[in-house]
Amino acid sequence: MDSKKQRELLHLLEEDSRMSAEQIGKMLAEPTEVIERAIATLEAEKVIVKYPALINWERVEDHPYVNAMIDVKVTPKRDVGFDEVAERICRFPEVKAVYLMSGASYDLSVVLEGKTMREVATFVSQKLATLDSVVSTATHFILKRYKHDGIELEDRDEDRRMVVTP
Amino acid sequence: MSTQLSLKSRLSSTVASLKPSGIRRFFDLAASMEGVISLGVGEPDFVTPWRMREASISSLERGHTAYTSNAGMLELRVEIQKYLEERFSVSYHPESEILVTVGASEAIDIALRAILDPGDEVLVVEPCYVSYEPVIRLAGGVPVFLKTTMENQFKLTPQELETHITPRTKAIIFCYPNNPTGGTMTADEWKTLLPIIEKHDLLVISDEIYAELTYGRMHDSIAALPGMKDRTILISGFSKAFAMTGWRLGYVCATPDLLAGMLKIHQYTMLCAPTMAQMAALEALRHGRSDMERMIESYRQRRNFVVDGFRQIGLSCHEPDGAFYAFPSIASTGLSSAEFAEKLLMEEKVAVVPGDVFGESGNGHIRCSYATSMEQLKKALDRMGNLMGKLS
Repeated sequence: MDSKKQRELLHLLEEDSRMSAEQIGKMLAEPTEVIERAIATLEAEKVIVKYPALINWERVEDHPYVNAMIDVKVTPKRDVGFDEVAERICRFPEVKAVYLMSGASYDLSVVLEGKTMREVATFVSQKLATLDSVVSTATHFILKRYKHDGIELEDRDEDRRMVVTP
Repeated sequence: MSTQLSLKSRLSSTVASLKPSGIRRFFDLAASMEGVISLGVGEPDFVTPWRMREASISSLERGHTAYTSNAGMLELRVEIQKYLEERFSVSYHPESEILVTVGASEAIDIALRAILDPGDEVLVVEPCYVSYEPVIRLAGGVPVFLKTTMENQFKLTPQELETHITPRTKAIIFCYPNNPTGGTMTADEWKTLLPIIEKHDLLVISDEIYAELTYGRMHDSIAALPGMKDRTILISGFSKAFAMTGWRLGYVCATPDLLAGMLKIHQYTMLCAPTMAQMAALEALRHGRSDMERMIESYRQRRNFVVDGFRQIGLSCHEPDGAFYAFPSIASTGLSSAEFAEKLLMEEKVAVVPGDVFGESGNGHIRCSYATSMEQLKKALDRMGNLMGKLS
């Protein structure tokens, strides 16, 4: 399979990971077996990492989680730079994402999920801020999610077309 | 004594004699039902990309609410010129050869009105867009239909063209990539027609509204072939490629003498195209290419899916190279297009358009638009498979 079709395959799976190999094969004009092999290879190469569902938790009643984004300023270490502290932060199960940032007044952006604001505060003050390299933290709670992973969570672009048009 | 006039006497005889659109009748039927899956839609299922909507909103905020030049904003015409040259290798002068219209539909109307005298014949390649015939008649012309068939991938052949030319033939009109068949023409295929077009001194009205929607190869415009620019009226617009149907913005390109004629009609009837739509179109041409490519890729994938699906359920279907329609044959069921479409709607709640509304040579086919979600396409194919099972 050429690289253009491989990219198309990845886009289709990113859009809907429940799409079957047979359907994708029809859409890309490739035999089902070719698609199955390509997916297996992409999984083995860790290009496809996981098949998650994008959940709009705002719509789930009593979902006991709060999300926060924490700006973390750190002192980089000789030879390992920011990597060592970033990898330590990644290991905490509450941490959903860690990014090394440029151009900001902080170095790492940490995305956190906790059951309550108190739990997040405890994590930041007792676990994150106490790490050797961490100089300071600033915690921002997410109040509402409008767009996530490229998807607008409140879809206003519904199909308004008539049933039959010229 | 009653002074009320009968309806017939109040309408012109030309208008009174026009048949209502077959699509309209089917729309009324489908619209009255619940839970219908529609493959009857002749427009993109994508909402106009945000960058175009935003450009239009921004233009309103800045107070761009006045008339533009009759021919359209010059900067838009310059962008159209650059776009046509880059994409299809046709070049028109923005000041004297390009006119911005209220949709490609207006462009078709003013092109025909500008060139036809009463009784002039216009060759129409069918199956064709439903408006060609009535608009020709409204302009005083006489439509003469040229047939294309599935066996020939719905391409126009030199034999079919030459057979129907008479001393009254003034022009030929066609749409490639084609609505409703999805058929296309290559440069080599166009070249086989050129000697006939030149010999009989025909004008060509080339409706290229689906030019961007081709799969596997670029669209070949007849206007780009040697000697053809001077006799071609090229029509296009923003509806299909940029998902801007409701904006009603198109354009027509022709030599200065022809364009001046069309401009006269346009300035007395439309004055100019809507300013906010022109602002959105400007943004589409300058920055909307990636949005367009994303939509085209999606149409191609769905095209592959539905054509395979039709063949699986026993409907023969040629592989359309353009537009977003498949035009499978339902001849094997023994039903007419209208009977099949009505049965499909009433028994399985799937709306398609009977092929014969696009002309006699569309009979035995149905037009299925795949500009709809994969989920809907899957359901529609399942339901059509049910009907085919009952009919076999």
